[in-house]
Amino acid sequence: MTNLELPSYLIQSDAVRTRFERLKEREVVLEVKGLGKEFDSAQGPVTALKDIHFKAHRREFVCVIGPSGCGKSTLIRILAGLENASHGQVLLDGKPVSGPGPERGMVFQGYTLFPWLTVKKNVMFGLLNQGVGKAQAESEALQWIDLVGLERFSDAYPHELSGGMKQRVAIARALANQPRILLMDEPFGALDAQTRAKMQAYLLEIWKNIDITVLFITHDLDEAIFLADRILVLKANPGEVDELIEVPVPRPRNFDQLISPEFLATKKRLEQLIHPPKEEDEVSEDKLHMIRMTRVGDDVEDIEA
Amino acid sequence: MATVDILAPRKPLPPRLSRGLTVASFLLPLLVWAAVSYLPFLWHPEREITVPGGVSYFKEGMRIDADRYAQELAQVREQGLPLPEAKKVNPIYLPAPHEVATAFYTAFTEAPQMRSQQWLHESLWHSIQVIFWGFTLSSLIGVPLGILCGTYNAVSRLNEPFIEFFRYLPAPAFGALAVAILGIYDGPKIAIIFIGTFFQQVLVVSNTTRRLDKSLLEAAMTLGANRLQMLFKVVVPGILPDLYRDQRILLGWAWTYLIVAELIGTSSGITWFITQQARYKNFDNVYAAIMMIGIIGLVTDLILARLGKKLFPWEKSRAH
Repeated sequence: MTNLELPSYLIQSDAVRTRFERLKEREVVLEVKGLGKEFDSAQGPVTALKDIHFKAHRREFVCVIGPSGCGKSTLIRILAGLENASHGQVLLDGKPVSGPGPERGMVFQGYTLFPWLTVKKNVMFGLLNQGVGKAQAESEALQWIDLVGLERFSDAYPHELSGGMKQRVAIARALANQPRILLMDEPFGALDAQTRAKMQAYLLEIWKNIDITVLFITHDLDEAIFLADRILVLKANPGEVDELIEVPVPRPRNFDQLISPEFLATKKRLEQLIHPPKEEDEVSEDKLHMIRMTRVGDDVEDIEA
Repeated sequence: MATVDILAPRKPLPPRLSRGLTVASFLLPLLVWAAVSYLPFLWHPEREITVPGGVSYFKEGMRIDADRYAQELAQVREQGLPLPEAKKVNPIYLPAPHEVATAFYTAFTEAPQMRSQQWLHESLWHSIQVIFWGFTLSSLIGVPLGILCGTYNAVSRLNEPFIEFFRYLPAPAFGALAVAILGIYDGPKIAIIFIGTFFQQVLVVSNTTRRLDKSLLEAAMTLGANRLQMLFKVVVPGILPDLYRDQRILLGWAWTYLIVAELIGTSSGITWFITQQARYKNFDNVYAAIMMIGIIGLVTDLILARLGKKLFPWEKSRAH
């Protein structure tokens, strides 16, 4: 890939450029101002996040990506209100938020469906908490289940579903509360490659059909480019914003675009940011000291020197 | 058919083999017992006199050590007196299976020999009532307290250190105190079962509550659940199957405290029956009563396990 002549990831086609212009004219749903987080660890205080600024507009799809330990999970947990920030502010529709709330839906990496409730009752959970009547909650829940294509499973228990189906129910459950923003913390991380691709397509489909802003955490570069309007790249130690990339790949997205020049250019840029070229001595440490233990006559690949 | 490696670690067994082994687990001890009882050459260390012969202190039906009997026999033979006769028997404390089975049956058909004595099932019913009240009272306070301790660290810190200390105090030690406060009838017995169960119960339930996946609570928070909803719509249903299992185990413990509980104040119940029968050397009745307790325990537990599967359909494989 590195040998290919790729255009700059900054070049946008007219269609993409006008799309971004229109997007930025929409109101800001989520604004993060000077967010910082420090932990006390056994080795002394650790700065997990430092001075994070960004905005997400209505109906925008933002992905957050970064090397492990860059604090992306901490960031989304602060946005969801599950952890407190040490500094800075999170504004939702211009109003500061504190603590968790139904206006910020969350889909977790692990399966967090309530195992004692059927699919339908899981989706009704938030609605009933808000004081929606039972009949109305049920009909709304069925609509959301329909939206994620699981109407046949509405009376099944979570343990009867596959991993992908569980995450679709989790998405429906979060959306049923009609949140302003949907926070997704590596929701497809535990799925196999095929299911994951299918789920990405589903998610874009759902996102297209409803008025929702999505903030999606991932460590998979392809996933980030395939889904996002803009990608927030974090770097580790401390977690800071490295770059905010506008993805030049046009919508609607499909899997053929994975080898389009814009896609590859963006991916190359992300790789530079996340896996910067290392010093020579570090590389040698990475190399395995391999002794060849195959039979002399066997046809094996040559080891690179 | 493929052969089954029955010693493969943690491999499920074919259902027929599994059932067979279950039956065998009861049959094997029974078989050992029967062998020891019915095969005279196996153990039988005593002799039961059938004909006293020339030994002055021998009486019919008397039991004596085999060595002693041999001594006496040799002496009598030397003196040329009429020879005694005896059969090989086991000690009185080990009746044969059929004797216990008969005792088990007659316990329900024949009235007790003495007026003051109770029927086996009457004693048993009394014991069950004591257990029921002790366990119910303990659960009414212990389960909610345990859930609160497991959910809120503040409640846990306030209660658990003391409970942790108190559970080391042996419940029977409170016997005299319980009698002084609650009189001599069922009050102190229920209190002993309560003390024996309650403190363990709080700790066990709080631990079970703490094992609830924290991410379920976080998910509920992001779905806008308030504090009460978190407690009653997430924590309680979330731990219910485990709580049910804990209660089954705790109920087993309550039975062990019963034996002590029934010995304080006026003796009563199944323990009284057993000690009484042992005093009269009716060991067949003793075994029948012990077995009765075992059967009741096993049957209740089986029923509760079945019920658990019905009650918690979302617990697929863990429900036993």
